[in-house]
Amino acid sequence: MASIARVIRVAAPSGPMGRMGRWTRAPAVVWVPALAVGLLLALPLVYLVIRTVGAGDDAWALLLRWRTVMILLRTVALVVTVTAGSVLIAVPVAWLTVRSNLPWPRFWSVVAALPLVIPSFVAGLVVQVALGPRGMVQQALEPIFGVTELPSIYGFPGAALTLTLLSYPYVLLPAQSSLRRQDPSFEDASRSLGHGRRATFRRVTLPLLAPAVGAGSLLVALYTLTDFGAVSLLRFETFTWAIFVQFESAFNRGLAAALSLVLVGLAAVILAAEAQARGRARFHGVGPGVAAEPSRIPLGRWMIPAVGFMAGLATLALVGPMGVLAYWVGRGVAAGETLVGVGDLVLNSLLVATLAALAAALASLPVAALVVRYPSRFAWAIERATYTGFALPGVVVAIALVFFAVNLARPLYQTMLLLILAYVVLFFPAMLAAVRTALAQVRPSLEEAARTLGRSHLATLLQVTLPLIWPGIAAGMGLVFLLTMKELPATLILGPIGFKTLATATWSAASEAFFARAAMTALVIVFASGVPLLLLRLRLGQGPSQDPPPARQ
Amino acid sequence: MSVSRRALLRGGAAVAAAAAALPVVAACGESEVVTQEVIREVPIEKVVTREVIKEVPVEKIVTQEVIKEVEVERIVTVTVPEPRSEPQPLVVYSGRSESLVDPIIKQFGAVSGLDVQVKYAGTPALAATLLEEGDASPADVFFAQDPGGLGAVESLLSPLPEELLGRVPSWARSPEGLWAGISGRARVVVYNTDRLSPADLPDDVWGFTDPSWRGRLGWPPTNASFQTMVTGMRTEWGDDRTREWLDAMHANEIGIYPKNTPIVAATGAGELDGGFVNHYYLHRFIAAEGETFAARNYHLPGGGPGSLVMVAGAGILGTAANRPAAERFVDFLLSTVGQQYFASSTYEYPLVEGVKASRILTPLADINKPAIALADLADLEGTQAMLREAGILP
Repeated sequence: MASIARVIRVAAPSGPMGRMGRWTRAPAVVWVPALAVGLLLALPLVYLVIRTVGAGDDAWALLLRWRTVMILLRTVALVVTVTAGSVLIAVPVAWLTVRSNLPWPRFWSVVAALPLVIPSFVAGLVVQVALGPRGMVQQALEPIFGVTELPSIYGFPGAALTLTLLSYPYVLLPAQSSLRRQDPSFEDASRSLGHGRRATFRRVTLPLLAPAVGAGSLLVALYTLTDFGAVSLLRFETFTWAIFVQFESAFNRGLAAALSLVLVGLAAVILAAEAQARGRARFHGVGPGVAAEPSRIPLGRWMIPAVGFMAGLATLALVGPMGVLAYWVGRGVAAGETLVGVGDLVLNSLLVATLAALAAALASLPVAALVVRYPSRFAWAIERATYTGFALPGVVVAIALVFFAVNLARPLYQTMLLLILAYVVLFFPAMLAAVRTALAQVRPSLEEAARTLGRSHLATLLQVTLPLIWPGIAAGMGLVFLLTMKELPATLILGPIGFKTLATATWSAASEAFFARAAMTALVIVFASGVPLLLLRLRLGQGPSQDPPPARQ
Repeated sequence: MSVSRRALLRGGAAVAAAAAALPVVAACGESEVVTQEVIREVPIEKVVTREVIKEVPVEKIVTQEVIKEVEVERIVTVTVPEPRSEPQPLVVYSGRSESLVDPIIKQFGAVSGLDVQVKYAGTPALAATLLEEGDASPADVFFAQDPGGLGAVESLLSPLPEELLGRVPSWARSPEGLWAGISGRARVVVYNTDRLSPADLPDDVWGFTDPSWRGRLGWPPTNASFQTMVTGMRTEWGDDRTREWLDAMHANEIGIYPKNTPIVAATGAGELDGGFVNHYYLHRFIAAEGETFAARNYHLPGGGPGSLVMVAGAGILGTAANRPAAERFVDFLLSTVGQQYFASSTYEYPLVEGVKASRILTPLADINKPAIALADLADLEGTQAMLREAGILP
């Protein structure tokens, strides 16, 4: 089949830019927009190099210290732990919600995805106040069990726990969409060849799930690398924390840029590790390919532990934090604090989050097509470049975009358009991870058939590919939507003057210890994100259709 | 938000209106040119009466010419300042939180009739933004949380009028007159009232190096105010003695927190016995949790850098497009009304003579503050290098 595919690709007209053939076999409609997206997303890197060069010898003096190495090691330890923890939570949740007969799977799906939307500085604050040595939990336990002090939450354990609970949805969403798209005929084949359910899960389902889990893990790892809010409040010094020290208290852009470049290097290592793990495997089916609805496996006596697991996770990652927030609101109102209206904030947040999700989806298509269908060094380089923004603290990306907008695109500066662009730069990999894995599961022969039957690239995309990868696109858009709902630095710096979202209002109140107000807007973030997510889930719940829709004229 | 959406809409409407108006303006402004061309065309029309098809391109050429004239007209309108029918907006970059300063900025807008647009973000992020924006900055005023932020952008600021500077004590403004303090904040030790009374607390910061304080205190070494305090120590005591104090505190297992708020929270909860913070956070906690909040402020009677009083301040950008409005804004912040707001609403110290601090605060005169001008505390980099060497900062 592969050889046929190659013949078809060679025979297909490669467009006016035939000399690009040395770099990529992709047609111009694919590689030109992909290259544009790649260049755009690599802009922050250019900025960092410019500023680091400006910093001169100081940068080397700062970087070549034993302490820098120590912080790097601590950061790596945190990244590994949080990533492993996220996979251990997300894979069972994905399987339970998609493939088991767990009751109310859509409800659990939404509840399990929502922790992603809690801003990291809010989570850090909640953990400190609730689980601190003399926090709310201790206060509740003292009269009953006489617990006078809980073990310290500070340092590694608190940071790892908080970040795991915040970021496992990065793995969950792609894993769920991958499970939904999995062709049940593989499992049926395995069962008919005599494997039990468990062996089938281990030898068929899990390997098929691996690319999605890998892509999600990559996001968790990179997110952990760049988090500041939670690690600073829980007092675990990571590399990003060191960058913030340079940036926030030294006002030294040069040294902050130098450290940021190290972060990019670390991200490159993580990317390489993921690529190594992904290998050259291809996971699309080769059969006639009308996939059936995946079967839901009865949990039997595992039902109660499964529901208990879901409920426990929901309590720890969502209900608990929301309870603390609700308590703050109540206490503040009781003490006479006035709450302000949030209608405009909700609209603004939903607007930018939706636009960002749409823009990211659009930008991801050519890159995913290039990476999956026309792998080459060129495609590889573009894909890596798109991770730049995600591997950097948001404030660094925002300042980099100020630099480029002011110098090269003045009319765009502090407009909505630039803000949306910034969100794409920041969150693109979340989108790409979902779309890439979805596309990898679509057999190229379907597209090739459409092409040989005379469909243009665009028609093939719209009529064949898009309907097949829709669950992946939806998962990616969901991720970008949630991330944008809580995004802070870029919204503050790049938004039109006076533009406010729920996240900026939460930050504004929390930074000055107006806990009731901060808690209320944080709660609204969770609810305002939950509704669209639920709608998206209901839409997905209609079932993944692998049938190409009837051709339209 | 409503401000911004309105502004966006207004901007869009203005562009649309301008586009619609331009041909009209062009026709009015350069009517002579237009009439000349019409005269030129008249014979053509007369000659080619039958050939309707040929007339079309001729008309097209005429419209193209009109478009060219419009472009010329646009350049003219940009260079010649229009009579001010509507006042230009004032753009403020505020490193001070919206929850603190929005009411007073709104009040200024109402009093002055100006459209005030505010960009809120952290002081360091805004300083970096201003530095990247350079000449292109839309900002008129930078309202910063601390002198460090103003110092970082000093090259972009232009001197304030003497009249405004004169209202602020000399220790609380830039010697070059580039920025002025707007409100004062005192360094204090916040302590847990369940465990300690003021009698248990030492006279100055050196008392906390005693082993009896091991593991009981917290500080925010990344916080600009804290670093300014350490810079004050270096100015008063010299580097060696400062390093000695830092090492002693570090050895005494003082907890590292990211900023003031979590230290006050931890102290109130009894997780810490005390910490080095700015004075006004406590009052926010008491407002939210009531008088039972188990922490209070302690002003070190022995004085020294531990009792430093610092400021949040404002400066006007050299590139300010609306300098008159910017000066009115700073004037308003330094007026009795503005100062009264900070005294009563944010629990900070007013800096202008004649305005009293909130009754719940220790009067500024009773604080044994060191005689250090804030402008002398600019060497944050040296302080950070010291904190790094001591292993307190990464």
